[in-house]
Amino acid sequence: MTRVLSTRRIAFWIAVALVFAGLPLIFKQSFALSMLSQMGIAVIFALSYNMLLGQTGLLSFGHAVYFGLGAFFCAHALNFIGAGTFWFPVTLVPLIGGVAGLLFGLLLGFVTTRRAGTPFAMISLGIAEMVAASALMFTTFFGGEGGISTNRQVGKGVLGLTYGPQIQVYYLIAGWCLVTMIAMFALTRTPLGRMANAVRDNPERAKFVGYNPTRVRWFMMALASFFAGIGGGLAAINYEIVTAETLGLVASGNVVLMAFIGGIGHFWGPIIGAVLVTLLQSALSNYTQAWLLYFGLFFLVIIMFSPGGIANLIALHKPVWNAGLTKRLLPSYAMSAAAGAVMLAGFFALIEMIYHYEAKETSSKAFSYFGLELDPTSAGYWVGAAVVMAIGLVLVFGAKKFVSRAWEDITPEMQRQGVI
Amino acid sequence: MAAPALQLHDVRKSFGRTAIINGVNLAIEAGERHAIIGPNGAGKSTLFNLISGRFGVSSGRIELHGGIISGLEPEVINRKGLARSFQITNIFPRMSVYENVRCAVLWSQGYRYSFWHRVDALESVRERTEGIVELIGMTKRRERMAGVLTYAEQRALEIGVTIAGGANVVLLDEPTAGMSRSETDEAVDLIRKVTEGRTLVMVEHDMGVVFDLADRISVLVYGEIIATGTPEEIRANEAVKEAYLGTEEH
Repeated sequence: MTRVLSTRRIAFWIAVALVFAGLPLIFKQSFALSMLSQMGIAVIFALSYNMLLGQTGLLSFGHAVYFGLGAFFCAHALNFIGAGTFWFPVTLVPLIGGVAGLLFGLLLGFVTTRRAGTPFAMISLGIAEMVAASALMFTTFFGGEGGISTNRQVGKGVLGLTYGPQIQVYYLIAGWCLVTMIAMFALTRTPLGRMANAVRDNPERAKFVGYNPTRVRWFMMALASFFAGIGGGLAAINYEIVTAETLGLVASGNVVLMAFIGGIGHFWGPIIGAVLVTLLQSALSNYTQAWLLYFGLFFLVIIMFSPGGIANLIALHKPVWNAGLTKRLLPSYAMSAAAGAVMLAGFFALIEMIYHYEAKETSSKAFSYFGLELDPTSAGYWVGAAVVMAIGLVLVFGAKKFVSRAWEDITPEMQRQGVI
Repeated sequence: MAAPALQLHDVRKSFGRTAIINGVNLAIEAGERHAIIGPNGAGKSTLFNLISGRFGVSSGRIELHGGIISGLEPEVINRKGLARSFQITNIFPRMSVYENVRCAVLWSQGYRYSFWHRVDALESVRERTEGIVELIGMTKRRERMAGVLTYAEQRALEIGVTIAGGANVVLLDEPTAGMSRSETDEAVDLIRKVTEGRTLVMVEHDMGVVFDLADRISVLVYGEIIATGTPEEIRANEAVKEAYLGTEEH
């Protein structure tokens, strides 16, 4: 007897597909569409990364290598298709990136996965540095500083798919995103996926149940690189340019942040992280020059106060939701949110004043802050912002007590109901 | 006559200049329950580590059913049908009881590194896993995370993980260490049950357990086996009394 996939899970994936299909109907603007495309690519990349970090316990600082190599191979493939050297449907070009990722994952992973833990992290960093350096040396393939430009409107458009309009590219990315999501999820439910968890938890014990932990890590690495390569291929199609930055250390670091912010302990965590980080990077950078600072602090706050990431925060509330007690937490949460807003308003004002004070403007350093005119050359504004932040800080500590009290209140009830 | 299940020929192990195992010769017949006893520091755990491939031997030869296993990797030895437990509980703490046992079942059922089988849909794996979980009496706690089990439960799971792959030679390293009297009695019952039809080699400090379970006993002192025999023979052996049991017998 082979049990069929549960109908609930199938229904879930159909729902995801519908959301993917419906998003462009809600977000019609071109910048929204390109951001959605970017998110889709980031989701694939972050999920593939978590196959290493969350599932196999391998902290890699070089995952962008496989993403980037996939992107370069796809850019060249598109150019060859454009030149008529060979025929290949553009829809499937990301697969070329996947295969490139897989091959390099097998090759480089053979070296890196000999070790786990800190040595693995260091070796992955070394490999990343090496590949990034090669990218600037071998200019025929990597295109040097300028990278490789390409054109996605090549070959005969199958079924009218020319990939000229961004909307078509979005659906291409969404389709691949859905397929790879399902594949990566399914992979966690296979013997290899389970043994990856076992190797993460206790590599020594894995040996004594017949498994070679090095082999398990290597295969997981190769498969993670395969999916990363697909993501890279989509990036090549989306941006029509691939540069050395695509496989650089910053990109590798970025995916670490995505995974941690979202939460590495849950399959869904990196999706949240990828969406949020993409959103922050695009949206925040429109509003403030200091966005990188805010982004870094945000990461710090997550790691310090919720090491399991956002996914863990959500998981923490699942029993509360199941017990129907969510509304008893809400007042204290609203209070904390208000207190936090006051504190952040003061804090952001201070940071923005520092930035504008440092700025090169000659006439006036004053700037508009949520409709308020702030002048960093006048001491009063500094004091004001500092006071607001201090008040906010006190309020946050006060609100924290309400939150813990609310949790203490509902805990016996949850225990009675048997949800925890 | 068939080769012994496990045979050690002049096995030696030194760490640097310190010799821990000084030429051990031992033959354990198939189906036998064999206990290795000896004072602390005699090298009992090291001997297990050598047999199971955790350490390489310095010299000598270890054979499993007549085939040489010394020098092989632990996972290769495991696949040949030798499994071991650990003195300090060694399980997968962040996985459930069921998952722990299933990980130990997978290889023996031929699924290896497969990423194209759905693990929940593998009937032979499910049946075997459920059987083992029931055997170790943890059916009700099968979804519990291994890391939060009580000590005695973790020890039972350790034994479950050890035998799950169907190994016919089982090495148990102090399976009852740190247990209360009643827990020990349960553990002895469990060991007797799960090693039915297999060859058992165990290191144990609890003499009650040893004389209760073992068909034969070897006494290891300073890396050498000074006596091997039935429990009666060992009890009567003067050298053993002097070296080890003397302090235990009243």
